[in-house]
Amino acid sequence: MTTTQPTENALRRRRRGTLLTLCTTLGALLLAAVFLMPLGYGIATSLKDKDGVSDPDTGVLPVSALTFDYEGETHDVYAVPMPDGSTRDLALIEPGRESSVFIDPDDPEAGPIEWDGRWRTLDRVTGLDPQWGNFTEAWNTISFLRLTGWTLMYALVTMAFTVASSAWVAYGFARFRFPGRGLLFGLLMATILLPPAVTLVPKYAVFLQMGWVGTYLPLIVPQLFANAFNVFLLRQYFLTIPRELEEAARIDGAGPIRTFLRVIVPQSIPALTAVSLFHFFYAWNDFFEPLLYLAGNRDIVPIGVGLSYFSGVYNSEPHLILAASLLALALPVAIFLAAQRVFVQGIVVTGVDK
Amino acid sequence: MSGLTDAVLTARRRRGGRPTRPAGPMQRREARWGYFFISPWILGFLLFSAVPIGASLVFSTLDFQLTDPGATTFAGTSNWERALADPDTWTSLAATFRFTVLFLPLSMVVALALALLLNSKHLRATAFFRLLFYAPSMIPLVAGVLIWQQVLNPQTGWVNRLIGLTGVHATGTDGIRWFDNPILVLFAFSFIGLWGIGKSMVVNLAGLQGIPTELYEAAEIDGAGWWRRLRSVTLPLLSPIIFFNLVIDSVAILQYFVVPWVLFGATGRPDGASRFLLVNFYQQAFVFGDMGYGAALAWIIFIVVAALTGVLFGTSRYWVHYGTERS
Repeated sequence: MTTTQPTENALRRRRRGTLLTLCTTLGALLLAAVFLMPLGYGIATSLKDKDGVSDPDTGVLPVSALTFDYEGETHDVYAVPMPDGSTRDLALIEPGRESSVFIDPDDPEAGPIEWDGRWRTLDRVTGLDPQWGNFTEAWNTISFLRLTGWTLMYALVTMAFTVASSAWVAYGFARFRFPGRGLLFGLLMATILLPPAVTLVPKYAVFLQMGWVGTYLPLIVPQLFANAFNVFLLRQYFLTIPRELEEAARIDGAGPIRTFLRVIVPQSIPALTAVSLFHFFYAWNDFFEPLLYLAGNRDIVPIGVGLSYFSGVYNSEPHLILAASLLALALPVAIFLAAQRVFVQGIVVTGVDK
Repeated sequence: MSGLTDAVLTARRRRGGRPTRPAGPMQRREARWGYFFISPWILGFLLFSAVPIGASLVFSTLDFQLTDPGATTFAGTSNWERALADPDTWTSLAATFRFTVLFLPLSMVVALALALLLNSKHLRATAFFRLLFYAPSMIPLVAGVLIWQQVLNPQTGWVNRLIGLTGVHATGTDGIRWFDNPILVLFAFSFIGLWGIGKSMVVNLAGLQGIPTELYEAAEIDGAGWWRRLRSVTLPLLSPIIFFNLVIDSVAILQYFVVPWVLFGATGRPDGASRFLLVNFYQQAFVFGDMGYGAALAWIIFIVVAALTGVLFGTSRYWVHYGTERS
């Protein structure tokens, strides 16, 4: 219990604060709903059957007309108005003109039910009927495991290459003074803004000559030569490592390479992890260069390119395209959610994430 | 946390004026190690950037067909003349320009607004919302595009059905056909783009969190309202971050490719609205195999990007504030 009475003014201010909090949070919830809407649509629609997808009047959820298997045959389920005024969901086993025989799917033991009336006037009963088979079909048609395998290979190998080479180069820029360092670093930064198209034609011609087109080599080998963004992020981090640690190593007789491997690398695990993660997602998303260099070899494309081929061929089957898209996003989103803490930390550690 | 721009500006500042020390054996040794460490990048820069840029210029003067590289001949400026006369070049410039004008400001404002929302002291469950707004940018772009293609389906997509709920006639063949109209399709591109806004949002948020709260308190004591605080405290202090986002986003948007390619391939539908600079380049150079002409188109993209970044960096000193941030 407080001894001071809150003044009317303070009370009003607090009420206004509560109201603002309520409105802001509600507004954010609404926005979050908008952000999640396409995913909700994707999940609901990927579970529909082919007719359900293209029917503009169907509901949001994957429903279909119910059937009931009775004595080895499949029967349709109808909403049947009973003489007592209630409506029961019954399976039609013996249709007739003026009277038909039904059976209760929930209680087939009760035996057939005679019903007077025209069964053609009855409505089919629909129920929730998610087509999990769409995912199996999509999985098989796009050869999901093969696509994922190649994508993982591409992402992990280039991740190892670019992180190792970028850290190496970043150490050079962070710790050594040499003539032209500022100029070279500026040049390095400028390459971030360089449109890849302007280097593509000669690179493609040379890779073609070398027989590399149609393989992963043009995508993987350049990653051995450091990437400007990663160098920048890692250099920023290396600058924060106290020099005393390196001095100590040097006094112990370690040369620069040993110092880098034994002192800098272990000290920079958070930044290296962050840069690795950023690159992993970048590679998973990479489209233009795999499309270009792997064009002649459709069996080894990564998942983004594979999905685009699939959507071109199956454009009349949106439920399968959606199922395939959801399969493709599942792994990266799961990794993101699992590594979320590392991710957020990484953004804090390195300052940026682009 | 002033990002790339800071580094570039610092590099520029350092270049002038520093007296060169006499190089002793220690310095020479240090310099040698420095060059040793950065040598992979120097080699990569020469192999994959510097030499290819020059080679591209040479290629643009050749008649070089991918189908028959042996028959390559010198073509002078004919590729360039053809590029300037080709209506597709102008269509691609116009398409890219229109989308840039629409999406660049839109994405900057939305990324800032979301960051302000997440930074608001009135928001509860901040971590939850940050995760939610950020998560779609983790979705592989092709998968995102394919999902949006269905969400914006005129008949069955939820967007049109939601619009239909408000009484506007949206569904059906005479409804809102997002992918058949050259203006509407820009909005479809924008929705897809905004779905992945999380990255810029997080960069903005990090910037906002770096602004000292005392400044807001002082402004509040001076009687500044929300709008005034945003204009006089937040925006100036955030301007380096905004500049960073602006540069990166505009360079990216000039090379817009994945979304139009997945949706429309090289068709340019509707009415050339999806024939972006890079789509046109890719079609000419690698679908038609006209590499010489492609090189000329690539150089046009390079010139456009260089001009735009030049303008951005040139005007930055009028609106980007570095002073108070660096102490």
